Amino acid sequence: MRSGSNLERVLESGRFAVTAEIGPPRSASSEAVRRKARLLKGSADAFNLTDNQTAIVRLSSMASSVACLQEGVEPVMQMTCRDRNRIAMQADLLGACSLGIRNVLCISGDHQTFGNQKEAKNVWDIDPIQQLMVFRQMRDLGQTWGGDGLEERPQVLLGAAANPFADPFELRVVRLAKKVNAGADFIQTQAIFDLDRFERFMGMVRERGLDRRTHIIAGVIPLRSANAARYMKAKVAGMRVPDEIVDRMSRATDPKKEGARICVETIDRLRAMEGVHGVHIMAIGWEEIVPEIVRECGLDHRP
Amino acid sequence: MIIAERKDLKQITEMLEGRKRVLVAGCRSCVSICHAGGEKEVAIMAEALRLKAEREGREMEVSEVAVERQCEKEWVRGIERQVAAGDIVLSMACVEKCGGCGDCVLHLTGGVCPIARCAKSLLNGPCGGSQDGRCEVDRETPCGWEQIYQSLGRLGRLDLLEVNIPPRSWLPSRSGGPRRTVRPSVAKGAEERAAEVRR
Ligand code: SF4
Ligand code: SF4
Repeated sequence: MRSGSNLERVLESGRFAVTAEIGPPRSASSEAVRRKARLLKGSADAFNLTDNQTAIVRLSSMASSVACLQEGVEPVMQMTCRDRNRIAMQADLLGACSLGIRNVLCISGDHQTFGNQKEAKNVWDIDPIQQLMVFRQMRDLGQTWGGDGLEERPQVLLGAAANPFADPFELRVVRLAKKVNAGADFIQTQAIFDLDRFERFMGMVRERGLDRRTHIIAGVIPLRSANAARYMKAKVAGMRVPDEIVDRMSRATDPKKEGARICVETIDRLRAMEGVHGVHIMAIGWEEIVPEIVRECGLDHRP
Repeated sequence: MIIAERKDLKQITEMLEGRKRVLVAGCRSCVSICHAGGEKEVAIMAEALRLKAEREGREMEVSEVAVERQCEKEWVRGIERQVAAGDIVLSMACVEKCGGCGDCVLHLTGGVCPIARCAKSLLNGPCGGSQDGRCEVDRETPCGWEQIYQSLGRLGRLDLLEVNIPPRSWLPSRSGGPRRTVRPSVAKGAEERAAEVRR
């Protein structure tokens, strides 16, 4: 066991894993995170706490992760390369582990111009692949990147993101391979609406044998309205929503119900794909739907 | 102005491995002023390569050229014939839009700069926001990594994209601090400078 985390146990056991996202509030209180944690307890094996997503200041992912721990649910702390240099990252990894956090997701982070403090200076001292290399060295060799020995090694499961819907398509599996080589124990993907393209991506993943070297957790987003679908299709870089989904949402008399149904159908298809080891549900601002979706899929009764 | 420092010879010879006709190309602007890639440095480099090849019994034909400004296409066009005659160009200047990072990786990225052309200065490939050749930051801006991919594809070197590039040194970049002398041999001594003031 690398981390002893619950997520690692589930993944290693070969059970289909469920993770879900919790968005931290714009607040100095962690109450909102705690409320969501209580609501979602038992619906997933671990919960991702986002790190100033879309470059908007929020309660930090580390503090939010600790709030989850205190509520008895397991966090996946996200850490972007946008806001910290390698020194801060290593210190934060040690800090997180000292507080009981056992899963960390390494990501590049949205560019600061997405947020409302566009004039901020970004960091990107290292990229997510290099971040994985640094963290793996700390965990497996017990050394900082500078070479100092650590009295206690960080016990952590390392995750990374993959986006099969960005371009160039052929490079997406190359990027994934690089992340696996750099030390990614698990991968969470961008939200999947275009199942055909994802199927093609998984074919390339299996061809390289990557599904046997890491755990691929497929991302989904339950849609709340036709407008949400249209917005994602047109405005979110690196996202693909087929017309068929937009049409279904537009025609629905109860869009929320339809959105949840599409999500359940998507998860069913993902479970049938060879090499997919779990699902990651990102119901941003609509967390209360997660238990229902998990139940509908017959994925409740988490260990 | 760009401030440059030459890479060490060992690294340069590694980059030239297997090549037989090398064109060493200098530039009479920034890199000439900081004594890293002007005509004089080109001559020294070319000679060093010839000597090394000779000593190691390798066949290598080295020619030299310097242009006014390598960062402008108009000037580079003037040496097209020489470029075509060689099988590799060793540029001692910045042929690309350069972010002045001080530790050039253009030999790994098909001559397209990831520092200046990628909004996140990523070194290991495109982020998840790259779509239809455009950058996530602005749909008008080309994604630097898409350009690198295209360029490496043309060069038949897509294999370079499979290799993990470890954390790099930013020491020679802007954050390295104020300017300092790295080649004392070409700097004026204290006496010389004092004499200048007296004049
Ligand atoms: S990698 Fe880019 S920024 Fe760095 S020296 Fe080369 S061209 Fe300039
Ligand atoms: S879209 Fe391309 S250029 Fe823009 S940040 Fe991502 S990799 Fe860099």
